[in-house]
Amino acid sequence: MDNKGEPLLEVRDLRVRIERDTGVVRPLNGVSFRIHEGQSVGIVGESGCGKTMASNALLRILPRRAQITAGTMWYRNKAGDRVDLAQIDPGSRQMRQIRGGEISMIFQEPMTAFSPVHTIHNQIAEMIRLHDPDADKDRQRQRVVELLDLVGIPDPAQRADDYTFQLSGGMRQRAMIAMALASGPRLLIADEPTTALDVTVQARVLKLIERMQRELNLALMLITHDLGVIAHMVSYVYVMYLGRVVEEGSVEAIFDDPRHPYTVALLRSIPSLTSKSQRLEPIEGNVPSGDRLPTGCPFHTRCSEKVGDICHQRMPARVEVRAGHAASCFKYTDRSVDDDG
Amino acid sequence: MAELAVDPVLPQDTILRVEGLKKHFPVRRGLLQRVVGSVKAVDGVSFSVQKGRTLGLVGESGCGKTTTGRMILRALEPTAGKVWFRRSDDRVVDMLSLSRREVKETRRDMQMIFQDPYSSLNPRMPVMDLISEPLRARAWSRADCETRVTELMEQVGLDPRTIRRYPHAFSGGQRQRIGIARALALSPSLIVADEPVSALDVSVQAQILNLLRDLQRDLGLTLVFIAHDLSVVRYLCDQVAVMYMGRIVEQGESEVLFTAPRHPYTATLLHASPSPDPHAAWMDEIDELETPAVPPAAASQVEERGCAYAPRCAHATQVCRHQDPILEAQDDGSHLASCHHQRELQLTGVAP
Repeated sequence: MDNKGEPLLEVRDLRVRIERDTGVVRPLNGVSFRIHEGQSVGIVGESGCGKTMASNALLRILPRRAQITAGTMWYRNKAGDRVDLAQIDPGSRQMRQIRGGEISMIFQEPMTAFSPVHTIHNQIAEMIRLHDPDADKDRQRQRVVELLDLVGIPDPAQRADDYTFQLSGGMRQRAMIAMALASGPRLLIADEPTTALDVTVQARVLKLIERMQRELNLALMLITHDLGVIAHMVSYVYVMYLGRVVEEGSVEAIFDDPRHPYTVALLRSIPSLTSKSQRLEPIEGNVPSGDRLPTGCPFHTRCSEKVGDICHQRMPARVEVRAGHAASCFKYTDRSVDDDG
Repeated sequence: MAELAVDPVLPQDTILRVEGLKKHFPVRRGLLQRVVGSVKAVDGVSFSVQKGRTLGLVGESGCGKTTTGRMILRALEPTAGKVWFRRSDDRVVDMLSLSRREVKETRRDMQMIFQDPYSSLNPRMPVMDLISEPLRARAWSRADCETRVTELMEQVGLDPRTIRRYPHAFSGGQRQRIGIARALALSPSLIVADEPVSALDVSVQAQILNLLRDLQRDLGLTLVFIAHDLSVVRYLCDQVAVMYMGRIVEQGESEVLFTAPRHPYTATLLHASPSPDPHAAWMDEIDELETPAVPPAAASQVEERGCAYAPRCAHATQVCRHQDPILEAQDDGSHLASCHHQRELQLTGVAP
């Protein structure tokens, strides 16, 4: 966990709005996070917190009526240049080079990443050609088999000629990881990569991601709602709520000493396999919808630790509660405020 | 928890006894659609549940847990077996030999809660009609329905002023409450809940789990809780039955089964589940429990002999591959496992 030096990716105050027929939705309201080379970072939150929107904004694959209204996303590419992903034309050659070539993504449902009418070999080979146009047929084939072997698919030479529907869920997930690695990315975004899988298969796929990350010195951005997965897979955690980061810190800090009332409440509301059932303490109410954001602190409508009127009037600033551990809550701010843009 | 008993007289405290329940789906091939084999989705499942207790049916996708749950209510026609059920009038009936009319009559005592609160409610019906549907089917008057629905809404934590609203106006957690209110409408004694919290946000899951716990305590409900998430099962269930490929491989009191599992598959599930604690062990012993990269095939189509888990089991020996293990108790009789090696294996579960 090397936090020194210039980060591989630094997102600052990212804001996204979506025009809908029914009104304006603001899925991201000033999100900031950073990822260093080879670091594993987790982004955790419930539905509507903006975790998937953040990764889609990075790759500039936002829905058509969504627009980045503010913020920067500085990325240091393979050549060592700093580029602001927020400023690049989403359809440009440069963006296509980054998508896949620098930053790869794996999804919850592998069938959405694959075409059902092409063999696994043809799809992975296409990724290889995109980023290494000089590779001839034999080299492509060799590389595909290597990749499938690397991700633990048995009989890779034969499986390469299969179609994705011929594989089991776990094997499909492995094939998708192989495809994501085909172009030699430096950052792997995994968006709920194992949510659809059985627990034993999930465990093996996560172990594979962990191994790939270590062996290839990949940076990993793991997006999930599953606190169990986060606890074991990443070294640094961002907790998101309604389009904002409410707390961030090392995985130990977040789980051993959570500071934001939302993180505290979230950890109290999940049953644990390892501790016998005291009564769970649910978080009251529901996550507000993105077109009716509360004023002030986004969590004040459900918070049991409100400090006063300020909670629904102003946005709390990010406060370093101790080195490398920050929370945005008036409990820690001496009522200092951050103007909400 | 007796195995394949033939005596239809249930002990007074037992509300449900399932015996040798099977569901085989035919596999058809070719031009004439000849039956060439069968998928044994459920292949001889037996258990009983005492009044007011909660049984967790757990296992991975395709293990037959949902199929079992649906057969209990006869929402799905079994291939073989018995489902003895003690009705509220204290009559013990075999669900599977009842006429259609008798099934309908008996179903007022047994209800189901579904996984997906988004697709299990008709979007064109207001809450009033959704919850009162089972009442209207039994010719309750409009006024009686409204009184009962209001009462139910309060019981499950919904605002009765929203009685005229449609499902789209509710969040996932609230929709699940509507589903629960509807299941409670006729005051059933048994509820089969099929993954009722797995589609919900983590912070909302706890609300529904606590609601189910409270309702069970207040109304003396018996619950068959179908789930894949073991931590949820540990929170809610008194007893657990672990299923693998259509059969129960281990069954016992929840605390015993979680802390001292006897079947390698149960131990594997426990070790593979990541707990929300970065200091806890995870997957450390998995390779000693399971041979890697053997995908759990869907219920097998071939006529196999031997333990179904043997191809994945790291402890499997010759006998496992050739002889079917039976579900049996090792000592006290309440903890059953179907493993040839349950006596020698030193399996670890979660900390007590």
